[in-house]
Amino acid sequence: MEHLIEFNDVYKIYQMGEERIHALDGVSLTVDKGEFVAIVGSSGSGKSTAMNIIGCLDVPTSGTYHLGGVDVSTMDDDQQAEIRNKMLGFIFQQYNLIPKLSVQENVELPLLYAGVGAEERHQRAIRSLERVGLADKCRNLPSQLSGGQQQRVSIARALAGDPSVILADEPTGALDSRTGREVLAFLQKLNAEGDTVVLITHDNSIAVKAKRIVRLQDGRIIYDGDAHDPRAVVQPEEDTDSIVGFDDTPSHREEARA
Amino acid sequence: MSFTQSFRLAIKSLLTSKMRALLTMLGIIIGVAAVIIITSLGNGMQNYMNAQFDQLGANLIQVQIWGLGGGMSSRTIEPDDMYELVDKYPQYLAGVSPYVMTQGLVRHGSDEYKRTSIYGVSEFFYDEQRNQVLSGSKLGEGRFLSYVDVARYQNVCVVGSYLARDAFGGDALGKTITVNGTPFTIIGVMAEYADSTEGSGDDVIFIPYGNAMRLNGTGWVDLYLFNSADKDTASLAKGIIESRLYKTFQTDDVYYIMSSAEMMDAMDSMLNTLMLILILIAAISLLVGGIGIMNIMLVSVTERTREIGIRKSLGAKGKDIRSQFIIEAGTTSAIGGVIGIVLGIIMANVLTNVIAFALGTGNDGFVAIPTLGGIAVSFGVSVGVGILFGYLPANKAARLNPIDALRYD
Repeated sequence: MEHLIEFNDVYKIYQMGEERIHALDGVSLTVDKGEFVAIVGSSGSGKSTAMNIIGCLDVPTSGTYHLGGVDVSTMDDDQQAEIRNKMLGFIFQQYNLIPKLSVQENVELPLLYAGVGAEERHQRAIRSLERVGLADKCRNLPSQLSGGQQQRVSIARALAGDPSVILADEPTGALDSRTGREVLAFLQKLNAEGDTVVLITHDNSIAVKAKRIVRLQDGRIIYDGDAHDPRAVVQPEEDTDSIVGFDDTPSHREEARA
Repeated sequence: MSFTQSFRLAIKSLLTSKMRALLTMLGIIIGVAAVIIITSLGNGMQNYMNAQFDQLGANLIQVQIWGLGGGMSSRTIEPDDMYELVDKYPQYLAGVSPYVMTQGLVRHGSDEYKRTSIYGVSEFFYDEQRNQVLSGSKLGEGRFLSYVDVARYQNVCVVGSYLARDAFGGDALGKTITVNGTPFTIIGVMAEYADSTEGSGDDVIFIPYGNAMRLNGTGWVDLYLFNSADKDTASLAKGIIESRLYKTFQTDDVYYIMSSAEMMDAMDSMLNTLMLILILIAAISLLVGGIGIMNIMLVSVTERTREIGIRKSLGAKGKDIRSQFIIEAGTTSAIGGVIGIVLGIIMANVLTNVIAFALGTGNDGFVAIPTLGGIAVSFGVSVGVGILFGYLPANKAARLNPIDALRYD
């Protein structure tokens, strides 16, 4: 069967002055339809780069990325824009609603760029807002809503275009823990209804809400498996071998793994 | 992204910062208003001049002859030579009259009129069909000079409305007025032409040209007024007169022929050139306005980097973003253009009243009329300027990297 997301030996290398930084260092990964995957890692682990590539906001330096069976790693900007529009729904940490536009207009944006006619656009936006329980707020401006409500609007926007993948980048980062839990519960509900969800986070307690965890460190996958496996949430130890004078014995390491 | 969406968005973002929008548009407003005012004034001026010429007779051809008398006495043009010309080319020349300007003291009783203009003319000076003399004014009452009056050097005259009113209290027909001591019987009164004041176009006396030459003590006529049969053939008529004069004088240094139609054309083209120069100067203001729009749009693109990132992440292509910002710039300048047009029309109206007041011509005088072409062009140019200068910022926006744009605070 064809995978929905397929990374094949993906490298992303940035040139920072003299230094070459391997943000992704040979990542191979597949996600199938209906999965709920959390990509976890501390800052610098490469999870943001992975998200940018999954989200077709960036292309790999080498390796291929297939989304829905299509190789998107060699696409130009406008082709990527079209793929983003058709296949992906973004949920951001900062909600990223356009403040001048009403809630409904915000939700309509992906449909607008897809060229959907006004009548259908309104209906689909309202339907999408109904799914997040905010249809009555459609005329409000984002600033008139609470943080949790704004994030639900951004979820409605992500859903409006019927995307194949919902890509949530630290969706609870700006919310208090209670509202954050509501948002996560909502993502779980979406997944239960058949949507494919990819969650990017640094927070293990959030990652465990997913079904599967992919842990990144220094651009490599160090764990890929069931979210309920204890190993999934273990903080990875640093690569300290090369650091002179760091007291870290191999036995120590084994213990931690267990 | 549809046009109406972009348009609505543009209006919205203009309304959220009205002061800034106004300042952005100011250059365009001033430029467009200036163009409208200039074209209105030019148009009004042209209409006014044309009306003046029409009143004078667009068919009028003035022939001035000098260098006569002296050693060239063998070569002379007599009024009869000119009449002959009219008889010979009736399809081009409708009439001719000598036009002898005379200095003299006009007196009625103890009243002296030193500023009165005295003209010696023939019966052809008056066109019965149009009830109008070649210099433009109309006959009010009585009759004009006749062939017999002219041929027999009758001491009769037609006076302007100023003299009729001032000297005779309006009842001048049949009365006598003296010019340099010679009494002239008034046989006609001209209708009011200017404003019936001393020294104006109403302070005139028309007498037979022979009598005027006697008063002058000269033996020849130095000025003829022709009437061409048609405005369009005025230059042909002029050519006919020219060749006749050349035949006599064998040089073109001693006469000057000027047709009203040609003069009108010359004035028109002069005015058009002047207007063009002024419009170009005003266009510089439009250019400056365009740069102002570009400046604000660049700021706006920076301010809205995050919005651009969001739109791109949702699937906006480069061209969607570009057209959004171009439409915004175009809308800004178009609104500026409309405000400028309204302002320009109001200013043109104000100027009409000011000029009418200054010239004392009242309502039927000078009117600055905005031309449809001027409005259309200045509106088009203002929108064009917005789009042109909006392109650079819009392109900058379109090329933003979505990742950087999303991260921008």
